[in-house]
Amino acid sequence: MIRKVLALAAAVTGVSALAQPVLAQNEQFLPALVYRTGPYAPNGIPWANGTADYWTLINERDGGINGVKIVFEECETSYATDKGVECYERLKSKGPTGAGFFAPLSTGITFALTEKVPGDKIPLLTLGYGRSDSKDGSVFPWNFIAVGSYWSAADAAIQHIAKEFGGKDKLKGKKISLVYHDSPYGKEPIPALEEMAKSYGYVFKAIPVTHPGVEQKSQWLAVRQDRPDYVILWGWGVMNSTSIKEAAAVGYPRDKIIGGWWSGAEPDVIPAGDQAIGYKALMLQHPAGRFKIHDDLEKYIISTGKSAGKDTFAHVLYNRGLINAMIGVEAIRTAQKKYGNKPLTGEQVRWGFEHLDLTADRIKELGFEGLLKPLKFTCQDHQGADEARVHQWDGKEWKIISDFYKADAEMQDRLVKASAAQYAKEKNITPRDCSKAD
Amino acid sequence: MLYREAGQFKTTYAADMAVFPIRQDRIALALLVAVAFIAVPFMAEAQVWPFRTDYMVRAILIPFLILSLAAVGVNILIGYCGQISLGSGAFMAIGAYSAYKFATGVHIPLAWLGTAISIPPLPGLISIPLGGLMAALVGILFGIPSLRIKGLYLAVATLAAQFFFDWVFIRVKWFVNYNSSGSVSAPDMYLGPIHINTPVERYLLCLSAVVIFATLAKNLVRGNIGRQWMAIRDMDIAAELMGIRPLYAKLSAFAVSSFIVGVAGALFAFMYLGAWEPLAFDINRSFQLLFMVIIGGLGSILGCFLGAAFILILPIMLDQIPHAVGIPVSVETVSHLVFIVTGGLICYLLIVEPRGFARLWGIAKEKLRLWPFPY
Repeated sequence: MIRKVLALAAAVTGVSALAQPVLAQNEQFLPALVYRTGPYAPNGIPWANGTADYWTLINERDGGINGVKIVFEECETSYATDKGVECYERLKSKGPTGAGFFAPLSTGITFALTEKVPGDKIPLLTLGYGRSDSKDGSVFPWNFIAVGSYWSAADAAIQHIAKEFGGKDKLKGKKISLVYHDSPYGKEPIPALEEMAKSYGYVFKAIPVTHPGVEQKSQWLAVRQDRPDYVILWGWGVMNSTSIKEAAAVGYPRDKIIGGWWSGAEPDVIPAGDQAIGYKALMLQHPAGRFKIHDDLEKYIISTGKSAGKDTFAHVLYNRGLINAMIGVEAIRTAQKKYGNKPLTGEQVRWGFEHLDLTADRIKELGFEGLLKPLKFTCQDHQGADEARVHQWDGKEWKIISDFYKADAEMQDRLVKASAAQYAKEKNITPRDCSKAD
Repeated sequence: MLYREAGQFKTTYAADMAVFPIRQDRIALALLVAVAFIAVPFMAEAQVWPFRTDYMVRAILIPFLILSLAAVGVNILIGYCGQISLGSGAFMAIGAYSAYKFATGVHIPLAWLGTAISIPPLPGLISIPLGGLMAALVGILFGIPSLRIKGLYLAVATLAAQFFFDWVFIRVKWFVNYNSSGSVSAPDMYLGPIHINTPVERYLLCLSAVVIFATLAKNLVRGNIGRQWMAIRDMDIAAELMGIRPLYAKLSAFAVSSFIVGVAGALFAFMYLGAWEPLAFDINRSFQLLFMVIIGGLGSILGCFLGAAFILILPIMLDQIPHAVGIPVSVETVSHLVFIVTGGLICYLLIVEPRGFARLWGIAKEKLRLWPFPY
């Protein structure tokens, strides 16, 4: 018995002695909070693969960001807030300079980390998710809600619905229901949709679906009784495909459902089979499919077997993972111009984010033309862009069916300002004076 | 050899009834408390192994302490009083949300009376015990069915509390100060002029709470009231015949247990999560606490800590081993492996020692007394 205990003790000490992987000094550490297990895994996996593949590509093709190799480590969060916080703590100070930035792909985790990043001085990149009011960089200096918020998404969805009805004046008296994931993620668009209901005169109804969303019979029965003119779907993970199946079960027309941009990818429609034909969803600007960057990925990553998972290659969320990784890399590149080509701290990367200017030329050069429109962060504006399109599932692939919708700046600003001011008051934050920011 | 009580004579009744009658135990405990209160903060400040980063304090020790505290609360109800409860997550949530409301100011408009109840924002250190108090009140309310229903039926009744409060905190916007997203963030915490913010400060606050409540709990269960609980647990009819009032005994167990669980919930929200949503206190949290208590040992305060360590820390450690030793496995394989290993260990443990870690600890102590010369 004693011998056994000793052997075990020896094994444990051995393990802890090995526990420090050697990191060379010229390496930038990037953490990846992912979820490859649990009810949200179908959507978490392509995103994680896209992110990992892009970072591997930067290392393989360019030898790193201006010679600084990227070292990244994944941590499984299962989309749970407490596990996300644990992963954040685990990864935040790895590498020679600590984590460059975090991108948790979860609104719940984003809410929790928003409280922690100012103390640790690490920026938070939330591409099209997270706190909508974090667009206000003067109150949320560490959050970067790139490309779009739930409020700009809600705006785009209503614009598209209005277009189908033949104009915004036709919205009056129409019934629009929101079927949403009952979490901060699903609740975020509600203020914007209510605000627009006031100005356009549609009747708005919000129907919650409890986590994880595999049980939503009663919600769709409510939809059948109420017969709304349009349903906006704000789900994630298995909830999306379940919604489409339940809609089919109660005979609600799928082409009268429009999903948010987190409800418009392959794993959301493929499990529903033919029932998903006609289902529409917003796009976070980019579609599925191959673009110039994919040729490089094919050459350096897929064909060499270095891909994190090639079965999701060029899917909607894979491409979104690429964009997520690219924006982070470009922010580091921007920061390197000021601080030199070396591993950077989170604080330095934050400066890079705030001065990131992805022009059309630069996007083309990076091979992302068609995936992303120009994006520019400023001290005040941490969103950088607010346009979205709509695509429709035809049973085999997503077809783009609309042009870009630009969110109503006045309404966005009003909501963002009010919400950010309330947060600043609660937290005793004095907003930065952006006219003096460097 | 080292662990012998020979020569330790007890000359007073007080000494005979001490919590730790054996001198070695007292020394060991004093050392442990000294390490926890003095060595750990100093090591964390000096950043020596294993405190090179604040991961150890912020992501391991703080949640461990808080969940241990919650397990102490659950153990009072389940382990000492024998009332199976699946509503512990809900009571944590009540503690967390009540503390949040007290810390941000309570305002209840009573329009029909033409008045309103207004309480200004209270300091965090007062809000947290008040959160526990609210949990205790609700605990008493949801404890009333225990007077009529027993065992597994009671477990189902407490499940109602769990689902009811999940619903309340999602639906009633008053609890989240009308925040549209339904996620709330904890206000800053002050101890007099000191802003409790750094990991070490948070750790010390949690540790103090744990030490205070664990000591209280340990003494409660040794005293009159604890004996009443245990009598009820062992056979409630016999207890009643001996003159123990089941109403008082059961409801006091619910109150004390819910209070401690509520304080733990408030600490979990304020000191660990920072911002939270009702999902942080869902049915899984209740199960997690129940498993901690069962694995740790029903009816043992020490068992709560061992159980919390097993359920909380072991999976986190297992999760990091493959990466730490450089085995290239993907994160999903690791997390599946963690489930398998942890599950397997739980089965093994419950087969080998159904009374949990606390019993194993007791056996180890017995053996240690004879070591190295067993009969």
